[in-house]
Amino acid sequence: MIQQRKLEIAVGFFMVLGLAALFMLAMRVSNLSTVGLSDTDSGYNVTALFQNIGGLKVRSPVRVAGVRVGQVTGIDLDNRYAAAVRMHIANGYTFPKDTSASIFTSGLLGEQYVSLDPGGDPVLLKNGDVIRATQSALVLERFIGQFLFNKAQEPGSK
Amino acid sequence: MSDWFAAWGRQGLAVLIRLGRAHLLLFDILCALPALVRRPGELIRQVHSVGVRSLVIIVISGLFVGMVLSLQGYNTLVNFGAAQSLGVLVALSLVRELGPVVSALLYGGRAGSALAAEIGLMKATEQLSGMEMMAVDPIERVLAPRFLAGVLAMPLLAAIFSAVGILGGYLVAVGLLGLDEGAFWSQMQSHVEFYQDIGNGIVKSLVFGIVATWIALFHGYDAVPTAEGVSLATTRTVVHTALAVLMLDFVLTALMFNKV
Repeated sequence: MIQQRKLEIAVGFFMVLGLAALFMLAMRVSNLSTVGLSDTDSGYNVTALFQNIGGLKVRSPVRVAGVRVGQVTGIDLDNRYAAAVRMHIANGYTFPKDTSASIFTSGLLGEQYVSLDPGGDPVLLKNGDVIRATQSALVLERFIGQFLFNKAQEPGSK
Repeated sequence: MSDWFAAWGRQGLAVLIRLGRAHLLLFDILCALPALVRRPGELIRQVHSVGVRSLVIIVISGLFVGMVLSLQGYNTLVNFGAAQSLGVLVALSLVRELGPVVSALLYGGRAGSALAAEIGLMKATEQLSGMEMMAVDPIERVLAPRFLAGVLAMPLLAAIFSAVGILGGYLVAVGLLGLDEGAFWSQMQSHVEFYQDIGNGIVKSLVFGIVATWIALFHGYDAVPTAEGVSLATTRTVVHTALAVLMLDFVLTALMFNKV
């Protein structure tokens, strides 16, 4: 009887340890603890139309003044060849209707994210709205090409 | 020449027959599972013998696998100036691959071989046929609790392996290599998806638990009832578990992570 009890305690300890490991994986390792930013919670979706999204990916963060308020949930090409970036904004964050969106890079080689710049409109963005005032991602090749072109145009170069 | 073909044919048929018997046994075990509700004591004893007693090897190897992963990953990442992503590398490789796979291999070597030897010896000493004489179904009494115990223990062991491995990687990255602690965890959190990565890791370990325990039980139950037969059964258990786990891992990975 004592033997059986010891066994049961050991097994219970094992179960608790396993579940604790799972809990740690969920809370400390994965993005489950950044609640409110997952796709499933309440909140609202907006779409922004960009000329060029560079290296933006699904699940890239959406930031306002550097604070994470949501994430990119889908990227599609619309019928006028603009990139339609669907974003999920977490519950509790509201922005004016004339908010503009830009794509920036965190650090020199870091990941790209969408930055929202709130405007001054009293009407708020709501679910399904489209942001048209956007600034595309900086594509380095295009930038360098432009720079070389300008260099060649300079009068003193030849 | 025709002898040569006949030998191949005999081999092939023997493999198929064994495979068929293995599936029939699995079916019988699954049918016997509901009866376990009446005897939880035996299940607890088996969880203790396959799960609790595998804990030491799982924790220690998890710790060292995580530590070595961190060290090796750092040496490569630092060349690209991406040492901040070390946490992501350690966490993703452990949670997606190494956790389920290595713990299944260890489980096969530590618990699977023990199961096969125990049941093989029960068969060799005619304990199983003795049970049948007393109208006790050995599948229900002996195999089913061991099967369920293995299937329950495996995901927990894999989760413990991953968690301890990530802690080991953290110790090396922050303690030894002097990486920034905040970057280590925050990069990890922003790149590891719970359902996609951790959920699929758990599904993998569940599948490995079923397969590894099934292989061990089948080889034990199907052993030739001699000393040599039992030793062959344990050897085959370890070899077949390793092969099945590694091959299934490729298939599961191709199914789960093909879009990422």
